[in-house]
Amino acid sequence: MEIVRSQTKASGPGVIPTIPLYRCAPALEVRLEDFEVFAIDRLRVLKGISDGLSRGKKSDEMEKLVTHFWKSNMKHPISSEVTNKDIISHFVLRLVYCRTEEFRKWFLSIETTLFRYRFQLQTSDVQRALMAEFELPYKAVGNVEYEGLKDKLTQVARSIGQSLPSGNAVFYKVPFEEVPELVATRKVYIQKGHAYVAMNQVVSLVVTQFRSHLSKALVLTNRKWTSMIREKESDRLTPIVEALATSYLGPDYSQPKEFAEISLKDIDQVAKSSFPLCMRHLFEKLREDHHLKHGGRMQLGLFLKGVGLPLDDALVFWKSEFSRKVGTERFDKEYAYGIRHNYGKEGKRVDYTPYSCQKIISSTPGVGDHHGCPYRHFSEENLRAALGKMGVSSRALEDVIDKARNKHYQLACTLTFEAVHNSSCDAGVNHPNQYFSDSQSILKGG
Amino acid sequence: MTGEVENGRDDMVIDEPQAESMRINAVPDGFNPNYLKVYYGKLFPHADIFRWMSYGTDGKHPGCDQSFFGRREFSFTLDNDIYLRFQSFNSASDMENAIKEKCPFKIDIGPVYSVDPAKRHAYAQAGDNVFTPVERELVFDIDMTDYDDVRYCCSGADVCLDCWPLMTIAIKVLDASLRDDFGFNHILWVFSGRRGVHCWVCDAKARRLNNEQRAAVAEYFRVYKGNENSQKKVSLMGQALHPFLARSYTNVLKDFFERKLLSSQQLLSEERYEKILDMIPDEGITSELRGKWQDNRRSSMAKEDINVFRWDQLKHLLQSGKQKAPGVRRCVEEIVFSHAYPRIDMEVSKHMNHLLKAPFCVHPKTGRVCVPIDPDRCEEFDPTNVPTLSKLLGEINMGLRTEGDEWDATSLGQSVRYFRSSFLQPLLKSCKEEIESSFIAKKEQSRNSLTW
Repeated sequence: MEIVRSQTKASGPGVIPTIPLYRCAPALEVRLEDFEVFAIDRLRVLKGISDGLSRGKKSDEMEKLVTHFWKSNMKHPISSEVTNKDIISHFVLRLVYCRTEEFRKWFLSIETTLFRYRFQLQTSDVQRALMAEFELPYKAVGNVEYEGLKDKLTQVARSIGQSLPSGNAVFYKVPFEEVPELVATRKVYIQKGHAYVAMNQVVSLVVTQFRSHLSKALVLTNRKWTSMIREKESDRLTPIVEALATSYLGPDYSQPKEFAEISLKDIDQVAKSSFPLCMRHLFEKLREDHHLKHGGRMQLGLFLKGVGLPLDDALVFWKSEFSRKVGTERFDKEYAYGIRHNYGKEGKRVDYTPYSCQKIISSTPGVGDHHGCPYRHFSEENLRAALGKMGVSSRALEDVIDKARNKHYQLACTLTFEAVHNSSCDAGVNHPNQYFSDSQSILKGG
Repeated sequence: MTGEVENGRDDMVIDEPQAESMRINAVPDGFNPNYLKVYYGKLFPHADIFRWMSYGTDGKHPGCDQSFFGRREFSFTLDNDIYLRFQSFNSASDMENAIKEKCPFKIDIGPVYSVDPAKRHAYAQAGDNVFTPVERELVFDIDMTDYDDVRYCCSGADVCLDCWPLMTIAIKVLDASLRDDFGFNHILWVFSGRRGVHCWVCDAKARRLNNEQRAAVAEYFRVYKGNENSQKKVSLMGQALHPFLARSYTNVLKDFFERKLLSSQQLLSEERYEKILDMIPDEGITSELRGKWQDNRRSSMAKEDINVFRWDQLKHLLQSGKQKAPGVRRCVEEIVFSHAYPRIDMEVSKHMNHLLKAPFCVHPKTGRVCVPIDPDRCEEFDPTNVPTLSKLLGEINMGLRTEGDEWDATSLGQSVRYFRSSFLQPLLKSCKEEIESSFIAKKEQSRNSLTW
């Protein structure tokens, strides 16, 4: 894929009736703006799918959700460009999410889910065309073999409550390990290592192919990224790619809402009632140790900015704690700059955005660090103690622990919110500042 | 009324097989590290384990991957629960010496890694994912404690001949499916030393399954969904049973349930029949059965087992033409599945890097050797008659040995012979064929790439 700065129009190969399989990067020219914008649009789709999955949505709900997110984000004013946008955005995000094991895992799983639902929505002609494109080496079961297996195939169909295979039903004979999900749910007949896959089940076959191809491709892309692209593109693509990885797509919390403004005198009270556990923990540690390491100062500092602590108050607040440990002079010299920097008053003068849950969850706190997401980074024992201190009842606590154990950190936080506020939180927690403002509106409204 | 088991094995009195002569040379009972030293020194089939774990790569063929055995993780549990993980050995003698020297209470076998597991730290700096499992037998672990809600003869760690048929069922059901459905051929069943069985599927294809594929096979076998708060633990949905379940039911489960478990576990006795009635979703039927059973408490015919008699009544009612609801008709099968169908420990099978105890280890609590079980003759297997460490040492002390291997003259002999002839030889034959054919394919490929 060629990336150009000029206004060249991408030269598309015309309308393709199927959905792309992203087998190899296309020779398209892409405008730098599109590079980023397309990627963000696709990212919104992937985020939507990821949230849907972590909320345990069922397959039919997921189908609707995928269709909705795709339609609302992946449109393009020029109809011939729709497929190009699809392909370009996929390859840009591949670059963004190839760089760590965790990124790759997430991207692989969400892109595969997206592909699965899109494939299912195609007509069977398109599905067959896609299967051909994958060059799957499997042949349909011949008549003689089919007659011999008919009883068993009928039995399987009845066991999963599907209509019986009719005379011209197509079955594919494939090694069982190619369709693990059909094997796991006993939705196929298996004999001597071969699974007999009905036409309406080929999606799992295709998905397995899709996943394994993408998985290998991500590893390769990562190698290319570290060995070449990062360096070569250091002043052009690299900053975009790196920013995309941590981009947060929810509402903007960098400007505090008016009612959310807090003053120094209530900060302890508000911390107790409305801070999510990650911030509460940092806040308490700061009061206790009169110090936080860099990661903690950033996470808490930007959050406080987001909830409406003005710069002057922030300086007083941090100074009152830090000076007890390092002295006033050292605070002014070494730490005040960082606080003003967060507020856009120093350096590049960027008004930094408070961290989203995604960013906090994917951070890697080290020795002496207190930042990060407690649901992810605390030991179970410590998490239990912390939740107990927040007043989470023992029954709710088990649910929270269970979610955390299953890596649904944001769900765990949502359940905590609901337990503490005795009120539901339908949107889920996606941002600490959202937690805060939701909490405040419940406390002030009720 | 006591349940008479018409089972030839029952004539045999347990714990009596030691003849008088044995008793003279007897070694005090129980497990002790000194016995273990003798066992590893004279009886443990080191060479066979090495050949198994090498899968033909110890041969002279140029296609042999000489690093293969050295990348396998072994793990030793020593006295006082000292746990040595990531042990690896370069050769048969290397392994044998380590076992003899460390005298582990338990030897576990892990996966084959991409690099020598003992040097994993050296590779850790090289970047991500260098140290990762690449091969591992597909394994299953079935433990009697998972059946505690359906066995009444023993609980926890104990087993007896009344509950052991549950393991026999598990072997029969899984072995048939692994061979007929999944097409595997090289399957080793092993007594776990106390209260369960292990299964090692060693076909090349099985060893290379990824975690998702392993989980799929394990899920395929899972019917029982444990949950203490739900009454029904087996729900069979749909209009028909999947062919695998239907076959298991007719070939194994039904027969074992009716012929053995019903009477040996007294499943329809006064104290227990309510639990089974609870599984029937039709009030009318349950109260009718309850009425019958309360009446015939005394009058039942002495000849027939009351559990069997009542089961026939229950089946008759549930499966009569009058019953239309599929939930009611399916109920007979659900009761049989709940009480007899294998319950496997899913976690053990799902992950490549799960450790499993090696065959021929000695269980430290029972002193019994983890001997292989022939699936074709698993009904004859008697866990209470498996050679113990002290028995074997007694046999050595009698000096029956003439020549050849020490184990040959002991009661471990037939186990080692079975392992060799029925498992190892066919396995190594197919390994050699595979090494040969993949070597040729590779040569073919490199020739093609040269011309290109």
